Amino acid sequence: MYFGEASGLKLGKATRDAFGEALKSLGDKFPNVVTVDGDVGNSTRTEPFAKVFPERAFNVGIAESNMVSVAGGLASAGKTPVVASFAAFLLCNAYDQIRMSVAFPNLNVKLVGSHAGISIGEDGPSQMGIEDVALASSFPGMVVMVPSDEITTVKATEAMLEHVGPTYLRLGRPAVPVIYEDGCDFEIGKAIQVRDGDDVTVIANGIMVATALDAAKQLEAEGVSVRVLDMHTVKPIDDAAIAKAARETQALVVAEEHGPAGGLGAAVAISASKSAPVPIAYVNSGDCYAESGDPQGLLEKYGLTPSAIVDAARSVTQR
Amino acid sequence: MSTDTTRPSIDDLQAKAKVIRQHIVRMTTEAGSGHPSSSLSATEVVTALYFGGYMQYDANRPDWNARDRFIMSKGHACPVLYAAMAEAGYFPTEDLMTLRKLGSPLEGHPNLRRLDGIEASTGSLGQGLSIGIGQALACRIDRLESKVFVMIGDGEMGEGQVWEAIATAAKYQLGSLTAIIDQNGFQQTGATGDVLDLTPFQPKIESFGWHVQTINGNDMGEVVAALDAAAAVTDRPTAIVSKTQKGFGILPVLEEAGDLNFHGKPLPADMCEKALELLS
Ligand SMILES: Cc1ncc(C[n+]2csc(CCOP(=O)(O)OP(=O)(O)O)c2C)c(N)n1
Ligand SMILES: [Mg+2]
Repeated sequence: MYFGEASGLKLGKATRDAFGEALKSLGDKFPNVVTVDGDVGNSTRTEPFAKVFPERAFNVGIAESNMVSVAGGLASAGKTPVVASFAAFLLCNAYDQIRMSVAFPNLNVKLVGSHAGISIGEDGPSQMGIEDVALASSFPGMVVMVPSDEITTVKATEAMLEHVGPTYLRLGRPAVPVIYEDGCDFEIGKAIQVRDGDDVTVIANGIMVATALDAAKQLEAEGVSVRVLDMHTVKPIDDAAIAKAARETQALVVAEEHGPAGGLGAAVAISASKSAPVPIAYVNSGDCYAESGDPQGLLEKYGLTPSAIVDAARSVTQR
Repeated sequence: MSTDTTRPSIDDLQAKAKVIRQHIVRMTTEAGSGHPSSSLSATEVVTALYFGGYMQYDANRPDWNARDRFIMSKGHACPVLYAAMAEAGYFPTEDLMTLRKLGSPLEGHPNLRRLDGIEASTGSLGQGLSIGIGQALACRIDRLESKVFVMIGDGEMGEGQVWEAIATAAKYQLGSLTAIIDQNGFQQTGATGDVLDLTPFQPKIESFGWHVQTINGNDMGEVVAALDAAAAVTDRPTAIVSKTQKGFGILPVLEEAGDLNFHGKPLPADMCEKALELLS
């Protein structure tokens, strides 16, 4: 069982796998791209690129802060470094290095954080990125992307390499359902409307888009019409799509696989409060560190389920 | 309770190490994930610490303030720690089979909020030695004789923070602190010699003002002798460069599988069976 199955979505690749294959196949098109790894290239999936382009791949060992500043140096000398580690280690361990070697000088460094959220499962909370979107979003000028499936991950990878400036791409560990089997338009900063509706809008990203579709299906059966927006870019946030959804549906639910502070929920709240303040409910992994366990069991225990979104939607539509 | 100082024989310790290895193999296979090879390289040292009389602790009173402390800085190797703690009486050995399952305090990496007897929450490599320094300094203020042992991976030595900690421990002449570097020659993506070669550790760490010994860390006799020698040094921190083999105890099984690193994966059922035969 997986969330999205009830909506007829087929299980596809993990976003980290889609990223790894895309990066490898884009290597010739972007000759300036180099990778900088911290002994986890076989987990983040930069490994396929490193195998094809060994002279453009560097593994500095278990040394994330060093890794990020090395990338800053590569970028300031004309390269386009893709720096990948677990989201937790990349953002938390190397935060000041991202600030001083990447964001402050506004260099063209591509940060990639895998193993995002609690759905990594058994390895447990020390390996789960649950603060990374907040930390990445805190840097002025940083683009922050959280793709939901293999299709948008490939597009986000290419968009990230085309974009000039610092970016953060968030990836997950487990296989996830394919949302866009028939393709989709992807542009940094532009939400994708996955489903139209007029009673409430669920704004989600990452694995929560498929979960939102299951919730929308349940709500539809109760006569509640749900719009679902895939907010794959947290920064810059799509103010226009949020304002439109708030005006047209008068209620919002934000669903993300992240802690409650500083992530998609905060970005949507700030945006909506400026344009069309409406009731908003938040679905996230809570103000806590989770635990070890099987991914599906964790999602249920920590409230990242269709029914949590259904409850949240009821609470905002009844306000 | 292990507060007496009578020393068990090398044979007894080796027998205990064998039992702990069996637990490591079984519990990770049952969990379906985890780091058995990283745990097996460190088994002699952890066994000697918990059962050789080198640490004073009370499994019924894990918060006893005068206890000695062990920090598994390479937290992914916690199966060896959990197995030793179960054998020491912190919790029933049956609980080892709950490793990494939802609701179990035996998480994929040590979590001090979930399990009494864990001295530091680890899993992000590089931080254990600094935490150990803090604990040693606190014990010094409180005039406690407690010793602090920290186990670090050879790949983990790539974290700059470890070297900051080495300098700090020397500055404060922390004679109560012992670092053990589990030099098993591998890290996640390959041999440490290929990824980031920091050897030789001994002269580097010595140059900071530490007392350092290099031993075969899979030889119980050498481990015990090194811990004795470390205990005799009280005016500065000591390090034991413990040369080991990743997966020691079940090497023929890993050889057959063609992977002597075998990093971060459990043995499939058939390999587990063969491994347990080797360890019986
Ligand atoms: C800060 C940090 N970066 C990366 C990882 C991922 N990781 C887990 S184990 C490991 C390799 C560890 O190698 P070593 O320290 O030699 O331990 P061994 O498994 O060989 O005993 C890596 C890179 C981590 N846990 N923490
Ligand atoms: Mg090692």
